[in-house]
Amino acid sequence: MTRQQFRLAEGGRIDRDRPLSFRFNGRAYQGYAGDTLASALLANGVHLVGRSFKYHRPRGIFSAGAEEPNAIIQLETGTRSQPDLRATQVELYEGLRAKSVNCWPSVRFDLAAINSRLAPLFPAGFYYKTFMWPGRAWHLYEAVIRRMAGLGVAPTGPDPDRYEKTHIHADVLVAGGGPAGLAAALAAARAGARVILADEQSAFGGQLLGNGESVDGKPGAEWAAAAAAELVDLPDATLLPRTTVIGYFDDNYLTLCERVTDHLGPAAPPELPRQRLWKVRARHVVLATGAHERPLVFQGNDRPGVMLASAAQSYVNRYAVRPGRRAVLCANNDSAYRAALDLQEAGVEIAAIADLRPAPDGAGVEAARAQGIEVLPGQAVVATQGGRHLTGVEIAPLSEDGNALAGPSSTEKCDLLCVSGAWNPAVHLFSQSRGKLRYDEGLACFVPGRSVQAERSAGACNGRFALADCLAEGHAAGTAAAAAAGHGDDSGPVPKAEAEPVGAIRAVPCVPSRSGRANKHFLDLQNDVTAADVALAAREGYRSVEHTKRYTTLGMGTDQGKTSNVTGLSVLAAALGRPVPEVGTTTFRPPYTPVTFGTIAGRDVGDLADPARMTPMHHWHVQVGAVFEDVGQWKRPYCYPRQGESKREAVDRECLAVRNAVGILDASTLGKIDIQGPDARKLLNMVYTNAWNKLEVGRCRYGLMLGEDGMIFDDGVTSRLAEDRYLMTTTTGNAARVLEWLEEWLQTEWPDWRVYCTSVTEQFATMTICGPKARDLLAELVDGLDLDPAAFPFMSWRAAAVAGVPARIFKISFTGENSYEINVPANYGMAVWSAIMNAGEKYGITPFGTEAMHVLRAEKGFIMVGQETDGTITPHDLGMDWAVSKTKDFLGKRSLARADTTRAGRKQLVGLLTEAADAVLPEGGQIVSELARKPPMDMIGHVTSSYYSAALGRSIALALIKGGRDRGGETVHVPLLDGSSIAATVTEPRFYDSEGERLRG
Amino acid sequence: MYSLPSFATLGAMHKYSIFSLARNAMGYHEDWTEAWRSPAPQPSYDVVIVGGGGHGLATAYYLAKEHGVTKVAVLEKGWLGGGNTGRNTTIIRSNYLWDESAALYEKSLQLYEGLSRDLNYNIMLSQRGVLNLAHTEHDLKEMSRRVHAIRLNGIDSDILSPAQVKAAVPIIDISPDARYPVLGASLQKRGGVARHDAVAWGFARAADSRGVDIIQNCEVTGIRRQGGRVEGVDTTRGFIAAKKVGVVVAGHASVLADMAGLRLPIESHPLQALVSEPIKPVIHTVVMSNTVHVYVSQSDKGELVIGAGIDAYTSYAQRGSFHIIEGQMGALIELFPIFSRLRMLRQWGGIVDVCPDASPIISKTPVEGLYFNCGWGTGGFKATPGSGWVFAHTVANDAPHPIAAPFALDRFTTGALIDEHGAAAVAH
Repeated sequence: MTRQQFRLAEGGRIDRDRPLSFRFNGRAYQGYAGDTLASALLANGVHLVGRSFKYHRPRGIFSAGAEEPNAIIQLETGTRSQPDLRATQVELYEGLRAKSVNCWPSVRFDLAAINSRLAPLFPAGFYYKTFMWPGRAWHLYEAVIRRMAGLGVAPTGPDPDRYEKTHIHADVLVAGGGPAGLAAALAAARAGARVILADEQSAFGGQLLGNGESVDGKPGAEWAAAAAAELVDLPDATLLPRTTVIGYFDDNYLTLCERVTDHLGPAAPPELPRQRLWKVRARHVVLATGAHERPLVFQGNDRPGVMLASAAQSYVNRYAVRPGRRAVLCANNDSAYRAALDLQEAGVEIAAIADLRPAPDGAGVEAARAQGIEVLPGQAVVATQGGRHLTGVEIAPLSEDGNALAGPSSTEKCDLLCVSGAWNPAVHLFSQSRGKLRYDEGLACFVPGRSVQAERSAGACNGRFALADCLAEGHAAGTAAAAAAGHGDDSGPVPKAEAEPVGAIRAVPCVPSRSGRANKHFLDLQNDVTAADVALAAREGYRSVEHTKRYTTLGMGTDQGKTSNVTGLSVLAAALGRPVPEVGTTTFRPPYTPVTFGTIAGRDVGDLADPARMTPMHHWHVQVGAVFEDVGQWKRPYCYPRQGESKREAVDRECLAVRNAVGILDASTLGKIDIQGPDARKLLNMVYTNAWNKLEVGRCRYGLMLGEDGMIFDDGVTSRLAEDRYLMTTTTGNAARVLEWLEEWLQTEWPDWRVYCTSVTEQFATMTICGPKARDLLAELVDGLDLDPAAFPFMSWRAAAVAGVPARIFKISFTGENSYEINVPANYGMAVWSAIMNAGEKYGITPFGTEAMHVLRAEKGFIMVGQETDGTITPHDLGMDWAVSKTKDFLGKRSLARADTTRAGRKQLVGLLTEAADAVLPEGGQIVSELARKPPMDMIGHVTSSYYSAALGRSIALALIKGGRDRGGETVHVPLLDGSSIAATVTEPRFYDSEGERLRG
Repeated sequence: MYSLPSFATLGAMHKYSIFSLARNAMGYHEDWTEAWRSPAPQPSYDVVIVGGGGHGLATAYYLAKEHGVTKVAVLEKGWLGGGNTGRNTTIIRSNYLWDESAALYEKSLQLYEGLSRDLNYNIMLSQRGVLNLAHTEHDLKEMSRRVHAIRLNGIDSDILSPAQVKAAVPIIDISPDARYPVLGASLQKRGGVARHDAVAWGFARAADSRGVDIIQNCEVTGIRRQGGRVEGVDTTRGFIAAKKVGVVVAGHASVLADMAGLRLPIESHPLQALVSEPIKPVIHTVVMSNTVHVYVSQSDKGELVIGAGIDAYTSYAQRGSFHIIEGQMGALIELFPIFSRLRMLRQWGGIVDVCPDASPIISKTPVEGLYFNCGWGTGGFKATPGSGWVFAHTVANDAPHPIAAPFALDRFTTGALIDEHGAAAVAH
């Protein structure tokens, strides 16, 4: 274990009483509670933490927050491993294990660093210009390139953790808990608004935690803690630390990601979710998301040891870590001077401050000079020295226009270079809300312009960088937001801070180098995009900022360009000779920082991912060993294999039982829609192709439903329950769609019709008993119902008690046998099913599944929607003209008269009998008239249903064939995937009891 | 150091190769010329193509190359490839059910297979295979029908068992008690992905070198007609006369049609997509599942590129809808349990123009000299070169290319639809 040789003896927001052990790249270190992984590494003198993506150049910790492009690490191993985290955001916990990503064999010695030597060959977009020879060899090159792909590695197995979601409304959502956000939340909550304050960090205070400024006479961090405490005590304020506002959508709908236990590591209580997604609908939003410090673009600006000035300041003040021994600062604005003073106070020797401005002045500058710090006006760092760590910098004066060096350079030894190119407001959420950005020339950055939603920006994210301004603007925004949400303006006093004038900045998009080239001037540190790359893109015509981004990959790393976008487009603007606002920005897309897929899915995984629907008899099916199939969301028994029986054998046995004795089917999944009202019949007449005027109470009728295009969309039996009431059945998979279809027409075209449709699918358990002994069986279970066909004919229904339970019995048949569909209230389903099974034992009752049902109906030539139809089939194609009224209107009728629907040669339903009786055609097999030696072959149709029929002792098939009804007796062929084929004869599409004697019972 | 080179002269395009790359490396890549010019619009053209996406640029390229029509302008309201060309999930395949579709998409795939060399621009066609998963008995039947038809159309397609799926994609969960178990899959080995931006840029550069004027930031505001004939287009940069106008504006076709007094049978919906942070490769092929509405591949940078579903409502807003991806991440994690801890880096939306039969329109119109190529729904990228090929023919000859003929507008009158809704989306 190494000692923390860069830890300050005192100060910081760390708990020296709670030392924590951790390992990085296999070595053991110690840090303290309150550290991030980055601060703990720096405390131990570890700067080299990663390698860049393209050239594998050494990379050090660059920032102290969400904008970090370099310090990308893999946290832990196994199923709880997490790739691509930023060390600057990982809170340290006992036993933490992390390693660098994308380097081999180690971060110190990375073989792929050879790429850096080849960099001259690999400018932006080089891959578009090469790897095209020979012929189709790209996949060979790609195999090599893919070995270089990616940063971290995926976990090794399913995620053991849990994720939650919370929906919440707020009067005012405040995004960001720095000074402006705290002031806004306080003002709004004091005024009585329901406030949510979210901040990505573990504590509230934002920059106050790291920059040592004071508010209301107190140290900033202390004021922030007091403000948070007051908010906790206010009745309607919700404080969410470790919570990032990641998305801002229409209608003030925002998504927040809370990291509930990530900071606890293995000590996380198992009852807590790992992360929680908050979905907030806010009346008003205050964006107080702060700003990111902008780097400077100069030669060699990517070495470990180069760090944002504000980050260095944070490490000193917040984490009590010296990020170096001897520092040079390079800045174009005042803010870096505070960092210099704090670093100096912490014992870091300040070698010099190179200030790009020719005549810097102001309080910070004077204070630095007073502390004996050498300020070099009009100068900049123009090159850096060192390998895996910075050892020195070259400083040179700049010409007046900033495009050239104006004198010789001097060398300064240092192990830390703090850079500050002024600040970029974090306008990500504002942009996501579709707000329009405005370029501020003075600040050389984009600031919020016109708002589109009920939102206001306050503080640094609005271009107000002075603390006093942040507090005042935050307070005003909170007050206004509360008022807009209907609360008063009793928002308390405005927090005060010393007003310190902020000096001007000098924007130099790209600090010139001695050579005049810019191929080591890094913009995007993660993706290795240089100023020369951007200039190349501009030169080659990729001048839209989106083209430049995509051509060079600028800003497409995991940091999404938080430190590179604005510097990059300044370089682009300079290259194009156009003003920055004219070049514009790329689109800011959600999320603000990456969010796990687990968090987005929440609880909708495992058994709760699209919950399965089960019938009231489901557990019985499970107990008797049914094999299930998914039909829509439903679980349906496919067949009930007995011990040692194959599925095919089970289906054969079930089919024979139905044909010879009695079978029982759980048909509860069929869609059921209760249709009531005086215009119910009118509705049926419009949605079905056949006429419904003469259907009497107590009778049932089969109907076909067409889409507007005249193609069959669903079918089913509808029964008249009473004068104004019908029960419609639909296919299992289409139940919801049919109800939507009815509602769409009723709500958009016929809103004046008095008819109401209600889904009752789940209110009833439906069991179908069918077969020659079905009637005898039913007779044992009902009282006072005459089952004689004369009294209870086919296609009618009766109300009666079955096994003592009130039931509707529908005498309809899908199997071709005498058949009763018994509907009972769902809660009685299991009881009635058991009663039927018990009474049926002596008749040899056999439960049968969907597959037997399919075979039985195919033997009869009954169509199945989704099998004999595919959205391109008309009733005529299926030979079902009998079900289509010639006189009345119905949906889809006009389309049936279109040229293509009436033409000859359409596909028509036929039967197929294979020449070899036991050869079963593949369903979906394509049919040809004549076999060719190899494809292509002209297809004339396809097999829609195909089974072995135990009742017939041979295979049967239904098919759709062009002009099929005129092809009776013709031999056709079905080529198989293995190159062989099966010959078959075209027949009528009915194979069993074609007169329909059996189903009348 | 930022001065721009003078415009490249026509036909003097730098040939791209490892040699030119090496030669330019010595000059610090400061001598590369523009990939395409940025000319001011001329007063008139033989053909104006509206829309500088992949399809429009491909049309212009093939007009010049195959039909000798070089007085062509491509007008783009924003930046080249900024619409669906730059927003899609880059999947390429030709495993379509119907003969008409198979011919079109297979033509496109064949053009793709030679495109990098033809354009002298590496579009990185990566034929790592496309897997379509079957999760139900109904899916299996549909898959069988599709594969049989695709094979007989002379296109490659195979059926894989769950074990073979697992071998091809080891991170997939094929356990039988998964919510939607993997019962099998079809595989088109020649399918894969390509670099979407490169397709647009490659066509742009190649079209430009053949004399086509590519004009960005030029929005068409009106289509002028005289006596049933098109005369040209009004744009934000003035009137541009044209003998023929081809409109190729995915996501906005209805708006342009309205300018010519036409109504198209098109609805426009947002379609959602997202990428993860880059991780070391875990998935080699493209995996698609219609049942759970997810498709995923992994880019050569390591990002998982994930397509989600379309928003139910119609909209022209090119934005990500959170609820759509929310509903689909559970399904994604069910298929790929290790994805749970990976992180979404970006989400976005594009607008897809959908026809009632989910097939495109490539057609002459009632206005003489005005042609539309639109309605590609969620699958236009894979068709880019084929679409350009047949549309160029249609425009140049004022008669549909044989492959394009079935996709004419009149099919919505005759009823000769090409229903590609995945053939039978219901189960009994």
